[in-house]
Amino acid sequence: MSLGPITLGHYLSLGGLLFALSVIGIYLNRRNLIVLLMAIELMLLAVNMNFVAFSHYLGDLGGQVFVFFILTVAAAESAIGLAILVVLFRNRSTINVEELDTLKG
Amino acid sequence: MAAQLSQNMLLAVPLAPLVGAVVAGFFGKAIGRAGAHTVTILGVLIAFVISAMTLIDVIHGARFSGTIYEWMVLGGLKMEVGFLVDGLTAMMMVVVTFVSLMVHVYTIGYMEEDPGYQRFFSYISLFTFSMLMLVMSNNFLQLFFGWEAVGLVSYLLIGFWFKKPTAIFANMKAFLVNRVGDFGFILGIGLIVTYAGTLSYGETFAKAEELAKLQFPGTEWMLITVTCICLFIGAMGKSAQFPLHVWLPDSMEGPTPISALIHAATMVTAGIFMVARMSPLFELSDTALNFILVIGSITALFMGFLGIIQNDIKRVVAYSTLSQLGYMTVALGASAYSVAVFHLMTHAFFKALLFLGAGSVIIGMHHDQDIRNMGGLRKYMPITWITSLLGSLALIGTPFFSGFYSKDSIIEAVHASHLPAAGWAYFAVVVGVFVTAFYSFRMYFLVFHGHENFHHKPFPGEHDHHDDHDDGHGHAHTPHESPAVVWLPLVLLAIPSVIVGYLTIGPMLHGDFFKDAIFVHGEHHHAMKELAAEFHGAAAMAIHGLSTLPFWLALGGVVVAWLFYLKAPSIPKAIGNALSPVVKVLENKYFLDWFNEHVIAAGTRLLGRGLWKGGDGLLIDGLLVNGSARLVGLIASVSRLVQTGHVYWYALVMLLGVFGLLTWQLWPTLSGLAGR
Repeated sequence: MSLGPITLGHYLSLGGLLFALSVIGIYLNRRNLIVLLMAIELMLLAVNMNFVAFSHYLGDLGGQVFVFFILTVAAAESAIGLAILVVLFRNRSTINVEELDTLKG
Repeated sequence: MAAQLSQNMLLAVPLAPLVGAVVAGFFGKAIGRAGAHTVTILGVLIAFVISAMTLIDVIHGARFSGTIYEWMVLGGLKMEVGFLVDGLTAMMMVVVTFVSLMVHVYTIGYMEEDPGYQRFFSYISLFTFSMLMLVMSNNFLQLFFGWEAVGLVSYLLIGFWFKKPTAIFANMKAFLVNRVGDFGFILGIGLIVTYAGTLSYGETFAKAEELAKLQFPGTEWMLITVTCICLFIGAMGKSAQFPLHVWLPDSMEGPTPISALIHAATMVTAGIFMVARMSPLFELSDTALNFILVIGSITALFMGFLGIIQNDIKRVVAYSTLSQLGYMTVALGASAYSVAVFHLMTHAFFKALLFLGAGSVIIGMHHDQDIRNMGGLRKYMPITWITSLLGSLALIGTPFFSGFYSKDSIIEAVHASHLPAAGWAYFAVVVGVFVTAFYSFRMYFLVFHGHENFHHKPFPGEHDHHDDHDDGHGHAHTPHESPAVVWLPLVLLAIPSVIVGYLTIGPMLHGDFFKDAIFVHGEHHHAMKELAAEFHGAAAMAIHGLSTLPFWLALGGVVVAWLFYLKAPSIPKAIGNALSPVVKVLENKYFLDWFNEHVIAAGTRLLGRGLWKGGDGLLIDGLLVNGSARLVGLIASVSRLVQTGHVYWYALVMLLGVFGLLTWQLWPTLSGLAGR
């Protein structure tokens, strides 16, 4: 099997893979809320990957600029997420996802 | 049409007693006893004076018919307060206000020691207001208002001594029995509203001929017959006709003045008045008239029998009232409405007189009401004696007394009637004359003549009600004449009881006093025509009356009463022993109370329990209310399984949802790509 040039398809596949990984991560992870936040970050990175790939392919730098925005927002979001996590831990003394089921009907 | 009647003057007639009632009722404590009776008597006096002036104007041809106040309009249906003043109304107004005035004055003496003095005055003034609203009405709604209002006041007054269990029972009974009648009445009004489309008397009567052609939907009955019988059922309740009469004797638990005012002279005649007012409708249905004749004659005769065995002075008069109301009803049935109203008027005077006389006797006897404990009272209470004698003579129909003219006219009218039930009714009213004379004079002799039975007996009534009489003087007291406020009304009522019939029979029965108030279908019902043909003046009628059957029956009744209760008291005892089953039936009032209590009341309770347990408990509460809640709970208990509370589930579902939606949206494009 020869390794041909890296095409747009490869990048998109990598993005899709990362996204799928992160979904699986969200679903399979039952212990740790931090891992959940990391999976969400990964999901954003998968999207960013798509943006960069399309930007390059279409010759439009706007996409790559957008990635910077997303990274900034993602950082802010992680900070908030972690802050919430700290408060949550203070209240519940746990970050076990299994135990966080107060939404249950 | 001569002078017009002033609307404001007419308005003052019912409102003056209302003001009196409100002032005495709400400010009774502030104005005191004297204030309460002054303000209410003043109110009724104003009403009486204006009523009398109105009557004079009406005799000279003045009429009033119009709306005072429009309450509301529903669709095309107008609900109004209005007055219709013609001969019938004017006469009723004068009778009501006059008797009410007498009773107000009398009450000063009768209720002297009662703690509820102001309340009593407030009630009787309120009653006067309600009754005036009833008689002056020009529409069915106001009639119904007055009808219910007098019922309410009657309820309040029967239970006036609200600490007395029998009084509470009696007022409840009166209220419930009247509800039965009112149910019929409101159905009748409903039929009129449905088919005539109006509440006004005038418009309804204008459509009467049209209504007479209609049939009750779904049946072969004539609509007018159903309507009239429904209305008459209302009259049966209010005017205490068999079998809805059961409340009236028990209503004697109330103070005597209201027995005179409400349960003898005025309220119970509301039914008679109403039927007379509705004469244009009733005239169109022979079936309804026959029904009225039968009910009236049963009441007239059988209630008279009950009067014979009663020993409570007020109950004797109460049964006599029932019997006389039966007479009025019979007259209505014979299409002699004016005769019924005439008897209503004369009866109002002499029955109020008899009741107030009985009340005076009760005062004299220190609230002992048992006629077996009386006797020989004429020496002690001369004014009461004379006036009661006059009242009794009027009641039994002695020629020249007012009762004679009205009662004899009724008998003649029934005789002339050609309805199928008239034969039986004639028999009943003629026998009734004997019975009336017998029980009236039985009471009269036992109370005012004969052996003085009160000397060696305590007065059992002393502790019956009124704790204000201390015991310990029961034996020593002899009866005494009542104070002037008590005997003055007796005298003032005795005068019309004697003369009013002689003076008014001409214009009321055979003149045109009622010509626009009462309508008689002359071709079908010629009782009034035949009466008129035989009428040659009041004096001639009385002289002729001396030679007729009713007079001799009445005389026979008096003689038999004299023989039984003064001459040979052993005879009634012997008869009583010989006919003990009959006496038993009479003592139990034909077992009607038993029947009502054990069959109707028990049946109603059974039905109620069934509806409660089955309908309400099982069906509504169990199936509909709790059932739907349970159904929601069931659905929820399944659907809540979806809500795990774990964020990753929500996230996954959201993603799957997005995936699904996108797939669905993009499917054409995707399949297009795949096909290429």
